[in-house]
Amino acid sequence: MKFLCLACDQPMSFAERRLPGDGTMAAVFGCPRCGHEIAMLTNPMETQLVASLGVKVGGRTVPGQPLELVRGSLAEGRDNAFDDAEPPPTAVRWSDDARARLDNVPSFVRGMVRRIYTDYAREHGIATITPEVMDRARSDLGLEGM
Amino acid sequence: MTMRRIRTYHEVDAPGSAEILDQVLEQRRRLERRLASVRRVVAVASGKGGVGKSALTANLAAALAAHGHRVGALDADLNGPSLAAMLGADHAPLRVDDLGVHPALGAAGVRTISTALLLRDAETPLRWREPDDGGFVWQGALETGTLREFLADVAWGELDYLLVDMPPGTDRLAPPLLVPKLDAAILVPPPSEAARAVVARAVTLARDAGIPVIGLVANMCAFVCEGCGRATSLFPDDGARRLADAAGLPLWAEIPFDPPLAAATDAGSPPPASMAQDSPAGRAILDLAVRLEHEIRPTGGPP
Repeated sequence: MKFLCLACDQPMSFAERRLPGDGTMAAVFGCPRCGHEIAMLTNPMETQLVASLGVKVGGRTVPGQPLELVRGSLAEGRDNAFDDAEPPPTAVRWSDDARARLDNVPSFVRGMVRRIYTDYAREHGIATITPEVMDRARSDLGLEGM
Repeated sequence: MTMRRIRTYHEVDAPGSAEILDQVLEQRRRLERRLASVRRVVAVASGKGGVGKSALTANLAAALAAHGHRVGALDADLNGPSLAAMLGADHAPLRVDDLGVHPALGAAGVRTISTALLLRDAETPLRWREPDDGGFVWQGALETGTLREFLADVAWGELDYLLVDMPPGTDRLAPPLLVPKLDAAILVPPPSEAARAVVARAVTLARDAGIPVIGLVANMCAFVCEGCGRATSLFPDDGARRLADAAGLPLWAEIPFDPPLAAATDAGSPPPASMAQDSPAGRAILDLAVRLEHEIRPTGGPP
């Protein structure tokens, strides 16, 4: 999938992804020459269809986790199906409210989500994971429902 | 009026701005890296359900393991998973670390993955989280993605054989739906008049998929009287052999119905090789394991 700026005849570049939490997605693309931007808006079905392929519009910024698609998509997973190893020691901290929010994530995916947010914070030089960081990571990484 | 020219996808010399293709290719590379440590991948398939395919897979896996091979068993029947239970795989949480998700251990040390190990309980059906106004347009993609992750993200380690218990339906052998490198396919036909067409379709798809070795196994092909030992064929008119001849396939095994063996398998204890020798079905499965070893010897010979 490519987007072409017709005025400049230039392929547009991915700029930003937003997941407002209602199942829809906005992906922003911009022309590197004239700066013109467009937003591709997908409805919940289209968003899910792309997610079902195990890919992220705009690409990945952190590595995929094992069984990421299954764990993120299964409706009724067993609580103790997984024993997730602790992420490698890191300087990244979790604020109390971020940790409380993480505790509300179903345990079927909690360990994986913790690793994803930790990786995201490390890659972006973020010292403390807060709910705001989680929101931003969720959009940046295309983590619908996490 | 002149229509303005817009360059086509292939004329635009830039990576896909949505980066989808690169991710799909990376998925494929991840799968290939994982399977590099798996010597042989064998699909066990049938055109229809109810032919004892999962029980055959469980017993064959246990028999190969009893011969000293390192064996994995992947339950690709996502909606009707029974392989893990038949192998007696425990439901301890699956360890996740940098190597991936570690498979459950079943009978004879067979490494196993199945949706049954992930679902809330044995009665919970496989359901996906969907938007409220959703349908099933992505169900196939999710199932394919799940199987890809089962292959690529499970820390199988070094395996001599990975048996894939396929869901019912001949179409599942079509490439590139599931496994990129199938070394062999075992076809298990139903004992009915419909078998000929079912096998023909499966053979066509398997050959189109480039699967180099294909064998037919007539499972539950006969009932052996416990009193007199006489076998009564359930395939009409010795149909298993005629079926194989018509399809141009070797008949690798004829396995009679065996209630004690079936009960043991249902209980998660496929009988070890020593016990399997005691029944015609057990001996047939052990012979099938030997045949498979002969047909697709692990590279470098058995360990």
